[in-house]
Amino acid sequence: MENALNLDAAFSALADPTRRAILARLATGEATVTELAEPFDMTQPAISQHLKVLEDAGLITRRIDGARRPRRLAKPVIFALDQWLEMLRQALETNYDRLDNVLARMELKRKRGEKR
Amino acid sequence: MSKLTLTTEGDLHVIVTRRFAAPPEAVYRAHTEPEIIQKWMLGPEGWTMPVCINEARPGGKMRYEWTNGNGQGFYLTGEFVELEPYSRMVHVERMHLPDPTPDNRVETRFEPDGTGTRMTMRMTLPDAQTRAAMLATGMEGGMEDSYARLEGLI
Repeated sequence: MENALNLDAAFSALADPTRRAILARLATGEATVTELAEPFDMTQPAISQHLKVLEDAGLITRRIDGARRPRRLAKPVIFALDQWLEMLRQALETNYDRLDNVLARMELKRKRGEKR
Repeated sequence: MSKLTLTTEGDLHVIVTRRFAAPPEAVYRAHTEPEIIQKWMLGPEGWTMPVCINEARPGGKMRYEWTNGNGQGFYLTGEFVELEPYSRMVHVERMHLPDPTPDNRVETRFEPDGTGTRMTMRMTLPDAQTRAAMLATGMEGGMEDSYARLEGLI
């Protein structure tokens, strides 16, 4: 399946500061390799390499516009990543909600102990 | 507003923060005394922790074993590095699934926040790949839990 979400690849791709900056730039609208290379003080081949990693991870897509190949964010994938993180938050929250109850019972016990 | 935040920092870190209504001493104890840990660090509904070894002293061993009662399970081992009672602890841990995952170094701070506690857990993974794998694994667990909750609603 093309552009499928590869979670490991996506998080690895996001681990690189240049690639995060590229995504931040693309969040403001599509851009070509030349346009992306400008602010980063990097050669076009170096930028192209980063774009390939982002593309393989399913984080960005390319559009054909005559001779231009502007890149854009794969919005559903970015959304999916966010959803994944939300699920991890929820898993942790399940434990901590339980801990809230445990702590409340500890506090109750302590107060009862004080009264005696 | 959710009380929990989970963020990544740089290439190697995952930061989790959470506020609790109880004071730091209680929250610290809930993270270091096995009989308390066994009551809450259970993951999705239906899982239990029949084994909890937690030697809260520098060099002390950790071993947590989880099971879902249907023959599925996994365990975690680790060692304590530093402990400052009620305010800070540092330990190293790895999951056995059953192959051990690379070491995760975890620094947990418990700071007074009004009458409660603000906990900050800072995890350091050896490389970006490992962090990516850990986030992905944790999320599978989260998904399972979400499905379970969904089933409960239907």
